[in-house]
Amino acid sequence: MSSRSVIISDEQAPVGNGPILAVRGLGVEFNVDNEWVMAAEDVSYEIHPGEILAIVGESGSGKSMSSMALLGLLPRNGRSTGSAKMLGKELIGAPQGTLRRVRGNEIAMIFQEPMTALNPVLTVGEQIREAVEQHTELSPAQARKRAIELLRMVEIPEAERRYDSFPHQFSGGQRQRAMIAIALANDPMLLIADEPTTALDVTVQAEVLDLLRKLNKRLNSAVLLITHDMGVVADLADHVVVMERGRIVEAAPTAQLFAAPAEAYTKQLLGAVPHLGSKVGGVLADVEVVDGRLSIHEEFAEAALRAQETHTASGVVPALELTNVDIEYPGRFRQPPFKAVTGVSLTINPGEVLGLVGESGSGKSTIARAVTGLIRTSGGTVRIGGTDITELTARQLLPLRKKFAIVFQDPAASLNPRLSIGDSIGEPLLLHEKPGRAELDKRVASLLEDVQLPVAFRNRYPHELSGGQRQRVGIARALSLQPDLLVADEPTSALDVSVQAKVLQLLQDLQRERGFACLFVSHDLAVVELLASHIAVLNKGNLVEQGTTEQILKYPRDPYTRRLLAAAPVPDPGEQSLRREQRTALLAAGAE
Amino acid sequence: MSNHQNQRDDSRASLELSEMTLQSQDTDIATATPTRGQTDRIRTTEAKSQGRLIRERFFRHKGALAGIALLALIFLLAFSSIGFAGLPGWWNKEYDVLAARFNEGRPTLTLWPFSLGEHPFGQDVLGRDYFALTMRGTQTSLIIAFIVGLVAMVIGTTVGAVAGYFRGWTEAFLMRITDVVITIPTVVIAAAVAGIVAKAGIIPFAIFLGLVTWTGLARLVRGEFLSLREKEFVESAKSVGASSVRIIFRHILPNTVGVIIVSTTLAISGAILLETALSYLGLGVTAPDTSLGKAINDNRSALTVRPWLFLWPGAFIIGIALAVNFIGDGLRDAFDPKQTRVKQ
Repeated sequence: MSSRSVIISDEQAPVGNGPILAVRGLGVEFNVDNEWVMAAEDVSYEIHPGEILAIVGESGSGKSMSSMALLGLLPRNGRSTGSAKMLGKELIGAPQGTLRRVRGNEIAMIFQEPMTALNPVLTVGEQIREAVEQHTELSPAQARKRAIELLRMVEIPEAERRYDSFPHQFSGGQRQRAMIAIALANDPMLLIADEPTTALDVTVQAEVLDLLRKLNKRLNSAVLLITHDMGVVADLADHVVVMERGRIVEAAPTAQLFAAPAEAYTKQLLGAVPHLGSKVGGVLADVEVVDGRLSIHEEFAEAALRAQETHTASGVVPALELTNVDIEYPGRFRQPPFKAVTGVSLTINPGEVLGLVGESGSGKSTIARAVTGLIRTSGGTVRIGGTDITELTARQLLPLRKKFAIVFQDPAASLNPRLSIGDSIGEPLLLHEKPGRAELDKRVASLLEDVQLPVAFRNRYPHELSGGQRQRVGIARALSLQPDLLVADEPTSALDVSVQAKVLQLLQDLQRERGFACLFVSHDLAVVELLASHIAVLNKGNLVEQGTTEQILKYPRDPYTRRLLAAAPVPDPGEQSLRREQRTALLAAGAE
Repeated sequence: MSNHQNQRDDSRASLELSEMTLQSQDTDIATATPTRGQTDRIRTTEAKSQGRLIRERFFRHKGALAGIALLALIFLLAFSSIGFAGLPGWWNKEYDVLAARFNEGRPTLTLWPFSLGEHPFGQDVLGRDYFALTMRGTQTSLIIAFIVGLVAMVIGTTVGAVAGYFRGWTEAFLMRITDVVITIPTVVIAAAVAGIVAKAGIIPFAIFLGLVTWTGLARLVRGEFLSLREKEFVESAKSVGASSVRIIFRHILPNTVGVIIVSTTLAISGAILLETALSYLGLGVTAPDTSLGKAINDNRSALTVRPWLFLWPGAFIIGIALAVNFIGDGLRDAFDPKQTRVKQ
C-alpha cells in the first residue's frame, strides 16, 4: 500500500477489471433511546474504475449515512451491517486501524462546507502537505513539492504563492478546490464527494464540477457523488442510485434514468425539480455555439425588446419602487464602509412578481431587508405604495408595516423556538389590529387553513414541524395582515425539492388568489422562472439587467446573465452537455 | 446558504438522523388537511397559554417536585419552630439562651422509637440549644440566599439584556460598570459598608450582596442577547413592527431563561458561601445572631470531638442547595418547549 503511494504521479495504473467498491446489503442503524432505528437498509451497488456513481435522495434518505458507514465514520450510537468490499477487502466490521489506513489513502472524502473543513490557523499548503505526509514517507521538501503539484492540478492559479495563503484568503470555490487537493493527496482509488457544491454559487459550482469531471478522467479513480441536486447528477454522473427512506428505489445509467424513470418515486422526484427554461421554452435562445465559438443572434433580442416596450406603459402606482438605492454597511476601525448595493432601481406593479436573482454577495438579501425597513439605505428612495420609507422614523413606519411582509430563507431560524405556531402567526395581527382572543383564534385558524396546515398545529412548537411545514407557518405569518407586497428571501432554498415544489405551488396559488405584489429573491433561476413575470439580475451590488422573464432567460444582453444562465445545471443529461458547451464558449468569449 | 451547512461533519451525521426521524413522522402537509375556502365552518383550536404549558411541564418533573417539597419542608421547619419576627414558634428554647450542658451536649434525637428529647441537635460549647441555633441559622441563610438570588437576577438580566440588545454606547457604558464591579474585591466593599450593614440587619446585608454578585449573570445574558438579536426570528419580529420592549421580553428573554435560571441557582448557592466568608471576617452576620455558614465556621475546630455541631448545619446547607438546584433544573426544562420527555 505504502509503496504505491510513494509514486509521485498524476497517472495511476489501471486496477484490473473488478469493481473498486462493491456494496452488498449494507444496513445502517442508530440506537435512539434503546431502540434501533433503521437509517439505511439493503443498500447494494458497485463502482468501477473511472466511473462516477451518484447517490441521490432527499434529506433523511440515508444517502450520507450509508456512505459514512463505508469509512467507519458513523456516530457513536450507529452500527452497520452487510458487506462493502474495497478491492476485495471487507470494510464493514474492519478494525479501526485498518479503516484509518483506508481513509485518506484509498478512499478520500470531500465535504460540503469547505470553510469549516479547513483549519483556519494553518496555511492551505501546510494542510495539503500534512495529508501527503500522513500516508507516505516523503521528506518535507518532497511533500511540499507534491502539495504545490496538487494545487496546480486543482487549477489554483499561482500555486507556489498560494501555498502560503490561509483559508480565509481563498474564495469559496478555491477552498473547495483545496479540499479536493487534500482528498487527492494520496491518489485515492475512490473519492466520496458529499454534496461537494451545495454551498457554492452556480457559476463556481459549474467550475468545480468541471474540475471533478476532468480529474476523474485523468486519474481513472472512481467517484461516489452524494447529492440532492438532479442538475448536478445530470452534469456529472454515469450511474445513478436513487434512495428514499433508507432504501434504494432505483438504480440505472444516468441517461436512462432521466429519459425513462421506472419507479414512481423517481418520476415524482424528477417532476419536482424545477427545470430552467421549461416555462419560457429554452434559455439562451440567441446563443449558438459553432465549433466551440460563440455567435449571438442580436436580432432576436431586439425583437423581444420592442415587444416589451409596447407592454410597459401604465399609469398605476407601483407596489414597490426603488430609485438609485445605495446601501452601505458601516466600516470598523478606520476601514471604509462596505457598499453592498449601488444605484439600484426597480419597479414592481401591484399583483406582479419580480424575481431578484444573484449569487451570494450580490446584495439581493440586503435589498430585501432594506425594502422591509430592517436596514437603512444610504441613498436613493424606496417607495412602497407611493410612500418613501427611507426618511421615516420607526414610529412613522409602523402603520406602513401592514402593507408589506417578509418570508425568510431559513424557516428554522425565522420562527421563535419559544413561541407556539399560533402565537407566531398571530403576532402581526396582535400588534396591528389588536383583535380579541376569540377573533384572533379564528383568524389564526383560517390562516393555517390557507397554508394547508391542520388547525391543531396551533399549539405546536417550531421544532415539532418539518422544514416545509415551518416555511408554511412563515408564509401564514407574513400574509396575516393581507399585505400589498410580499418580500420572499430565498423561501425555498433550505427545503428538499419535493417540499420546495409544494411550497412554491402554495405561494403561486396564494399570489393568484390574493393578488399581492411579490419581490422574490433567489439564487435559483429555475425557481424564479416558475413564479416571476419579471426578473432583475444583480451582480456585486449592481443591477446588470432587468426585463420580463422570457426576455431575460431567452435573450439576455449582459454577459454576466449569460454566464449565470449557462452555469445553472438542468436535470437532463443531454441538454446539460449542450449547456456545458455554451458555457465554455461564453467563458472563452469573455476572456478575449 | 442552507441552514445546515456550517455543521461539522461528525455532528452532521446525527443531524441527518434527527431530521430523518422528524420527517418520517411528519410529511409536509398533514393528511387531515381540510379543503380550503370553507372559511364559514372554521374549527378553532383553543390556544394553550404559555403559563399553562410551563406549569404542566414543571409538574411532570419529578426532581423539581421533590426539590419543592424539600425546600418547603425546610422553610416550614425553620420559620415555625422558633418563630420569626416576634411571632412565637412551637419550640420551647431560644437560640441565644445559655444553659447547663447535658451529657456533654450530645444530640438527644432518637429515630426509633422517635423522640426529640431535651436537645434534639445537642448543645454547643456554651450550652445553647443547637436545634434552635440551627433553625435560626437556616432562617438567616434562606433569607440571604433568596434575596441575593433575586437582586442578582433582576440587575444582571436587565443590564445584560439592555447592553446586548442595544449595543453601541449603552453597551460600552454598562459593561464598563460591570467590569468595575468585578474588579473591586467584595471584601473591600463589605468592609467599607460593614458599619451601616451591621446596624441595619440581614435584609440590607443581603441586598448589598446582591448588588455585587450580578456581574457574572450580566455577562452571560449579554452574550446570549448578542447572538439571539442576530437571529432571523428577531428580524421577523422587527419587520412586523414589534417594539424593542416586546422583542426583548417576548422574543429574546424566553430563549435565555435556561442561562438565567442555571446562573441564578448557582448564585443562590454561592451567596450562602459568600455570607459565610464575610461573617467569618466579622463583616456579615454577627453574634449572637447566626447563620448556617457562621455556625459551621464557629464550630470547625469541634469536628473531631463534637461532630454534630458541624453536621447539622452542613446537612441543612446541602439540603437547601440541592433543592434549589433541582427546582432550577425543572424550571429550565419547563421553559424549554423542546423538552417533551421529562426526566422521571
